[in-house]
Amino acid sequence: MPFLKLMRKMSLTGRIGVGIICLNLGVCLLAPIIAPYNESAVVGDVWQSWSKRFPLGTDHLGRDMLTRLFYGARNTISIAFLITSLAFTLGILFGFLAAIIGGWVDQLLSRVVDILMAFPTLIFALIVLSILGTSIPVLIMVIALLSSTRVYRLSRAIAMDIGVMDFVEAARLRGEGLFWIMSQEILPNTVAPLLAEFGLRFCFVFLFISSLSFLGLGIQPPSADWGGMVRENAGAITFGIMAPLLPAAAIAFLTVGVNLVVDWLLHRSAGKVHEGL
Amino acid sequence: MVTLLTVKDLSVEARDEDEQKLIVNDISFTLKRGEVLGLIGESGAGKSTVGLAVMGYTRPGCQVVSGSVLFDGIDVLTASEEVTRSLRGVHIAYVAQSAAASFNPSHRLIHQFAEGPVQHGLMSFSEAQKRAIELYRRFLLPSPESIGRRFPHQVSGGQLQRAMVAMAMSCGPEIVIFDEPTTGLDVTTQVEVLAAIREVVKERNAAAIYISHDLALVVQLADHIMVLRHGDLVEEGVPRELIRAPQKEYTRQLLSVRSGRREKHQSEKGIHTILEVENLSASYTPGVNVLEDINLKVERGKTVAVVGESGSGKTSLARAITGLLPPSKGRVLYGGKALPRLLKSRNRDSLRKLQMVYQMPDVSLNPKQKVRKILGRPLDFYFGLRGREREDRIIELLEMVELSKKFIDRFPDELSGGEKQRVCIARTLAAKPDLIICDEVTSALDQLVGEEILKLLQRLQDELGVTYLFITHDLATVKVISDDIVVMLNGRIVEQGPRQEVLAPPHHEYTELLLSSVPVMDPDWLDGVLKKRQSAQIPAFVTS
Repeated sequence: MPFLKLMRKMSLTGRIGVGIICLNLGVCLLAPIIAPYNESAVVGDVWQSWSKRFPLGTDHLGRDMLTRLFYGARNTISIAFLITSLAFTLGILFGFLAAIIGGWVDQLLSRVVDILMAFPTLIFALIVLSILGTSIPVLIMVIALLSSTRVYRLSRAIAMDIGVMDFVEAARLRGEGLFWIMSQEILPNTVAPLLAEFGLRFCFVFLFISSLSFLGLGIQPPSADWGGMVRENAGAITFGIMAPLLPAAAIAFLTVGVNLVVDWLLHRSAGKVHEGL
Repeated sequence: MVTLLTVKDLSVEARDEDEQKLIVNDISFTLKRGEVLGLIGESGAGKSTVGLAVMGYTRPGCQVVSGSVLFDGIDVLTASEEVTRSLRGVHIAYVAQSAAASFNPSHRLIHQFAEGPVQHGLMSFSEAQKRAIELYRRFLLPSPESIGRRFPHQVSGGQLQRAMVAMAMSCGPEIVIFDEPTTGLDVTTQVEVLAAIREVVKERNAAAIYISHDLALVVQLADHIMVLRHGDLVEEGVPRELIRAPQKEYTRQLLSVRSGRREKHQSEKGIHTILEVENLSASYTPGVNVLEDINLKVERGKTVAVVGESGSGKTSLARAITGLLPPSKGRVLYGGKALPRLLKSRNRDSLRKLQMVYQMPDVSLNPKQKVRKILGRPLDFYFGLRGREREDRIIELLEMVELSKKFIDRFPDELSGGEKQRVCIARTLAAKPDLIICDEVTSALDQLVGEEILKLLQRLQDELGVTYLFITHDLATVKVISDDIVVMLNGRIVEQGPRQEVLAPPHHEYTELLLSSVPVMDPDWLDGVLKKRQSAQIPAFVTS
């Protein structure tokens, strides 16, 4: 099993990170099976305390907190993953193109990215979302576009370093096309730093969705999501009730888990570079 | 004479995650005042490890397992950190291989010079400054009073290396360790640095350890030579004796590599020009030409060597021919037809016929592709070979470059430098080219490995009739491999013609300088060269 082999080589913190991610993924996939109630069913009183019937109590409408957390994981994580993947596809594609072709293509793409990055991300997203409305496809497109600017910067920089290596020149001299050079010569050599960035970016996107949901512009009720849950239950804090802290803790938990794995990845790729020299 | 240093039964071990390997095995020697010890060997011989161990230092992951290094009654290996610190720099100094990488790029030379003596409390900054100027003058650096104010990138490679030797001498050490101090320098600058090193050792009556892979260099300086291989002592002796009567096969190999030349069967089936360069000029930034009015002819089945020092434009010439650097003037004719200026507008067949092998095999193979893919891609790309057919052809190519078929599933990381270069050659052969441009193909390799590559290239030429444009700075290689020679300087061709004509006098004065700068396996060579240069005026382009 290559996965087990990899796990054995991992540091302890890396293993803990993988454990956390697996736990969250498991919850995502199995939410309808393991959740005790229906996602938006009102099953009890408002903000009931922890009991046998409601292991983590109920929320501001009397829905089961545990159920909401499970479904929230599903919505938030899958959308964050989709956004990050999209951002990487865009960012890597344009970043590589800019690095390999250079010249005016590079200038054009880089200046567009500069313009996008000049706006504070949250404000930019708020404006676009309030103009276009808050549907999930729009949410995904907007955050993916904004995140892809960061990915663009990184992949362009890495591709430029690799693009000047002799093996890329050899491929050019052979007459290889752009697609081959991008996918076969450069991409495989950028996997480690890009994967690390993926983990990091995933966390940012995840937090970004949560903050948009907290502001009421993210995933819309009655769908559960962690950021929205913090907002909905925010009032409970004045009564000393745990409810808003639970989804916040879930966000923190996953973020820490992903970062532990990313740290290990970065450490490993840095070690490899060192050995290579 | 006083014995300065005694190294006894030194063994150093390198530790990997689960492996232990002896990289220096039972090395013993003594060093007296005024004496120079030469350590010779190829990469992995353990010569640098010995040099560092003398300073009581081992690289990370290495460990001294036995032996002692006695300096002035102190065992450097077991001495406390404080004691070794007081020795390093003051009594034992080290000159590293690459001065460019050893200087801190953000500090001026003089500050780096003064750091040692001031730190050790030997002199004040102004005293150190005075001493620096004195040493800079000694090493013939231009404007010694002000050169210290410059940053490392503002002086040339040869000057930087001399500044580094000066820095090592700043505290007046008893022992100086030179670790390949001239590798990476042009031959003409190498002579100056060698002369400076010898001068300073003699003058201060210091002792030195001179580490090099080049026997011809070491015999110029050393009083005693030790030949190392894989951490073991192969042979030791006085230079003259060692050259005259080497006892071991390995030493003999090291000695003989420079002399071999194959006699080519001169099958003059009518001269057929394959590549022609006409009035070619090119530049990276408009107005500054790196190539100026180049005219060149390459005949089928021959080897044309392009010789020059760094910055002479020889690699730019290769780039212009391949289309990576579009010429601003002139043209490149292939088989009588003009090639398009730009790489993009050349057709697949003309790309196929013109292949290139690079200097650094480490970066010219994609580290994420197996040999199968590296060799398979051009077969697929140019000839549309697939499946079984391609597999057979890959194995055939591997056999042509003398590699067994088990290499097919290896990644470049799992190959040695020589094997990588063989795969690079196989990759060019996969395209069935007419002309292969070899850009310094042996300079990143060990001497013996490089020699094997040259033999391979010659054999391939005999068998396949390929033509080579052989770019190199190494005249010894040129003598072995070339039919025609082109000498370049500052982007221009200064002399060209058949090998015998160019190598036989009368030479162009630059060719003369180049030829005289190539070290010869003769302890008196350096004296001869220096004497000749003193009497004749040193040509202006050397000092520039």
